[in-house]
Amino acid sequence: MAHDHSHDHDEGSALSDTALRVRALESLLVEKGYVEPEALDALIDIYEHKVGPRNGAAVVAKAWSDPDYYARLMDDATAAIAELDFTGRQGEHMVVVENTPDTHNMVVCTLCSCYPWPVLGLPPVWYKSPPYRSRAVSDPRGVLADFGVSLPDGTAVRVWDSTAEVRYLVLPMRPDGTEGWSEEDLAALVTRDAMIGTGLSLTPDQAAAAAAE
Amino acid sequence: MNGAQDLGGMHGFGPVEPEPDEPVFHAAWERQSFALTLAMGFTGQWNIDASRHARESLPPAEYLSSSYYRIWARGLETLLLERGLVSEEELAGGKSLNNAGKIARILMAPDVQKVLAHGGPAERETNSKPVFAEGAHVRAINMNPAGHTRLPRYVRGKRGIVERIHGHHVFPDANARGDGECPRWLYSVRFEAGELWGPDGRSSDAVFVDLWESYLNAE
Repeated sequence: MAHDHSHDHDEGSALSDTALRVRALESLLVEKGYVEPEALDALIDIYEHKVGPRNGAAVVAKAWSDPDYYARLMDDATAAIAELDFTGRQGEHMVVVENTPDTHNMVVCTLCSCYPWPVLGLPPVWYKSPPYRSRAVSDPRGVLADFGVSLPDGTAVRVWDSTAEVRYLVLPMRPDGTEGWSEEDLAALVTRDAMIGTGLSLTPDQAAAAAAE
Repeated sequence: MNGAQDLGGMHGFGPVEPEPDEPVFHAAWERQSFALTLAMGFTGQWNIDASRHARESLPPAEYLSSSYYRIWARGLETLLLERGLVSEEELAGGKSLNNAGKIARILMAPDVQKVLAHGGPAERETNSKPVFAEGAHVRAINMNPAGHTRLPRYVRGKRGIVERIHGHHVFPDANARGDGECPRWLYSVRFEAGELWGPDGRSSDAVFVDLWESYLNAE
């Protein structure tokens, strides 16, 4: 992607103090020779356009479809996810936690913004913001309500706080009515939020309605 | 440190508000802040724990009122100043006024994919054995260091059970200070919601926190 270093065209004419300061920082670091502009463009292009939650959805769909893969994923998630070529930064040590009718899992980083980049891409703003980071551990059901999710009374909530370099991916429950579906069709039911645990996977009807919009 | 980053259990921030369209970046400066942070991280002038500490050292009012990429940009400025790689005057003007510092490694575009694919694994080999087994009853220590730690306030002094042994990992408290990696065993510890939050926690629920061995005592 062509990344224009000289114009903040997407911010209009009145640049914020932050925008000006970061632009000055980039100019300075390039002039000093500490960073290469083409490397900056490559980093941005990868995380803006190439890595995202479709990767995680492929992992989930494969786990739903292939019992041997599911077993490998639960045993050593880092290696099983690497089979699909999703590796590296912020996914060096992966653990998959599985939702069941009895247990719902949700992932947070209360101390900063830790998130499994290779499978989900960069985190959304809300994941890094105080409302989610403060309440996910103390009021997970209230947070789920913010997302329109309500769990059955008998379902226990397990919250995983990513305080180390271990990154968590939620394996959501496979929706009913999807017997015999291809991995590709199943992956379309797997939302980003379902893999964080702030959502559930889509039902076939929900997916059809979303596709028709 | 007991800074504004340690948010678990705080009240008053209001509901979670997802954006309708969720762009990866909202402005050119967010892209720049992200890419500069990664590219400068590659130079090896500091480690990931030092960079987290630089971000959480922002004054609390500024931390809480900043978007996350602003926090990254401010943290990067702090690290560059601390290492003498730039001056305040240079940051203000965006122009180099002094000789550049010595940088051992510079991230070049053809290497980006390879560097990201390798990442920065935190597990280290050891001959030691973990002190705690899965199922062990433990209590998180109480401490309030002014430096970096990954022991959140909401679990200090609380009882839990070892759920899983992750491995032998770099210890952030030491690594952030520049005292070396000092790796030690890392566990996932289960804390019941009632232990953490008293009657305000729901008895069926639990929080799992990744904690290093020196954060834990046998219970």
